[in-house]
Amino acid sequence: MTPSQTVGPFFGFSLTANPLGQMAGPGATGEPVRLMVRVFDEEGAPIPDAIVELWQADASGKYEHPEDTQAQAPDPAFCGFGRMGTEETGTCVFHTIRPGRVPGVTEKKQAPHINVIVLARGMLDGLFTRIYFADDPANGEDDALALVPEDRRSTLLARQDPAQPGTWNFEIHLSGNRETVFFDL
Amino acid sequence: MHPRVDKRVIGYRRVDPQGQPRRLYEPYKSTVLRSPRRPLIHLPHTLSEVTGPMYGHNPIGESDNDLTRQHAGEPLGERIIVTGRVLDEDRRPLRNTLVEIWQANAAGRYFHVKDNHPAPLDPNFTGAGRAFTDDEGRYRFVTIKPGAYPWRNHHNAWRPAHIHFSLFGPALVTRLVTQMYFPGDPLFPFDPIFNSIRDERARERLISRFDMDTTQPEWALGFQFDIVLRGRDGTPFEENR
Ligand SMILES: [Fe+3]
Repeated sequence: MTPSQTVGPFFGFSLTANPLGQMAGPGATGEPVRLMVRVFDEEGAPIPDAIVELWQADASGKYEHPEDTQAQAPDPAFCGFGRMGTEETGTCVFHTIRPGRVPGVTEKKQAPHINVIVLARGMLDGLFTRIYFADDPANGEDDALALVPEDRRSTLLARQDPAQPGTWNFEIHLSGNRETVFFDL
Repeated sequence: MHPRVDKRVIGYRRVDPQGQPRRLYEPYKSTVLRSPRRPLIHLPHTLSEVTGPMYGHNPIGESDNDLTRQHAGEPLGERIIVTGRVLDEDRRPLRNTLVEIWQANAAGRYFHVKDNHPAPLDPNFTGAGRAFTDDEGRYRFVTIKPGAYPWRNHHNAWRPAHIHFSLFGPALVTRLVTQMYFPGDPLFPFDPIFNSIRDERARERLISRFDMDTTQPEWALGFQFDIVLRGRDGTPFEENR
């Protein structure tokens, strides 16, 4: 395998022609989600030069990918991939939908989740995490969440902003006492 | 526990940490505040991990893989051809996969607002390119050999000349961001980013190979750089391909 190296600070002018924050088109099926992702370092300082990439299923739980052999067709108004660089405040914003439940390793489907890759200067390899929705009743029966120590599960939850319905906040702490759970995939 | 039912998902082989950089590597100072201290949690692969953004249908522009033809004039510097194959660990070619690159110009300066290295910008060079692999997994770029540049990691710190590469491959878990280096660079022993990789043979996989067959007379030197992404744990069923 080819080893990983840091993305460095200067990817901003290069990776794809356009930022990909608008994942849900006007006709996309599902609950709209304005997802604000913030990335922080060990001291809680915002990271202004990270890339956040999202990969998720559509509202029916279908990934637009040949290995998803579920019967339904993917939503043509939805793009399951998002990619944004963070701003000075460590923030980037995605317009997406709450994904459906996708098959897992047991007969229970997984709780709605968004797969995340974080890359930044100072990170020699990317990190994987997942975003779950804090209010989702399926979280209690999710096989991946069950593998996470209970006291750390909250680091994987996006929370709806009570002042702005439809806006969800998710914080990624690369290190420190609020360190996010990262997965070895 | 529920019984395992979705036997169609065939996972990817786990990564050998010896062949990868240490995440926390003090000589590269920025890793200290930016790497997790707690162990990562091992997840079995599901549909979420064996699928991923494929980009197979995004059109790319005519000059996207020729970084010397993106402006009115020709950029300054040594023109080079960089080509190679994208393969999985079983040496199978990965077709129609997006390869993105970005780099400094010949003077070691990036076209980026935050790069304040006092070296000249080149109005004819942006330094970003993209290409898709062909049926043999091959990509090809024409560009300019990037210059070494200083960074503030430690006293007199210079990065060896490099081109940044970004690839997705077929799945979430095949995502790779890396850097390609040039053979014989005298800065290798001093670069903590390069030396963060434990295994010397793994480090050498990041060094491109000068290739006379790729070199074009009266035109450009040629370099070969193959990229190997993670392979499968088994053979996926044909209907899943
Ligand atoms: Fe660089």
